[in-house]
Amino acid sequence: MAETNRPLSPHLDIYRWQISNTLSILHRMTGVFMSIGGAFLVGWLVAAASGPEAYAAVLGFMCSPIGLLLLAGWSFCFFYHFCNGIRHLAWDAGYGFDRDLARRTGWIVVIATSALTLVFWMMAWASFGGGA
Amino acid sequence: MSLRSPLGKVLGAGSAKEGTGHWWSQRMTALALLPLTTWFVVALLGLDSLDYEIVRAFIGAPLNTVLIILLLISLLYHSSLGLQVVVEDYVHAHGLKVAALILINFVHIALAVGAICSVVIIAVGMQS
Repeated sequence: MAETNRPLSPHLDIYRWQISNTLSILHRMTGVFMSIGGAFLVGWLVAAASGPEAYAAVLGFMCSPIGLLLLAGWSFCFFYHFCNGIRHLAWDAGYGFDRDLARRTGWIVVIATSALTLVFWMMAWASFGGGA
Repeated sequence: MSLRSPLGKVLGAGSAKEGTGHWWSQRMTALALLPLTTWFVVALLGLDSLDYEIVRAFIGAPLNTVLIILLLISLLYHSSLGLQVVVEDYVHAHGLKVAALILINFVHIALAVGAICSVVIIAVGMQS
């Protein structure tokens, strides 16, 4: 289909952000960000197979401030995408479409994500916090 | 059972593409990823440290090797499918869309092969 420059109806500028559309785009965004994280996961495995120097370099980067910031971001994304993913799978099976129920499960996802991310980092600190 | 009428088939009416396979694979990998990622996160947290030797021992333990490979396949396929849908939604210039879809597929296959080879190399190395 040829590209045209026809005017579009307004969308992002007029529709109010609600739990429904916010969580939906967040699901996509966390997914995309984790795709990038996947490449880093592979890089970590390749480094572990390549030898101590390569591994130390990768681990050093991941423990640096920017590395830890990325890991914090990816962990939040992971728990969010995981919990909201379950919500999606329930929809695919036909459950949870009632409007008020969908809003409630949406808030449950937000709370669960925050709790899981917090617990994860507390446990990571306990396991590795002394100094990786 | 196809819902297409015989006339529709003959006229070639309707969509030129189909996405049900993609949709189903996305759900299947999602389902597989639920236990696989849970296992991975819990197992990593249970390690004494993330040092070279400990991580290699973890990856090389036979059951772990298998689970990591399953995780990698599910994760990278799920990621590839997801990114493809994003491109299909937002990229409309046909040439750019096709190039992006090819690139996404190639990169994910490269990552999968690289990761699986690394895991196998570590596992085999652990046997010596």
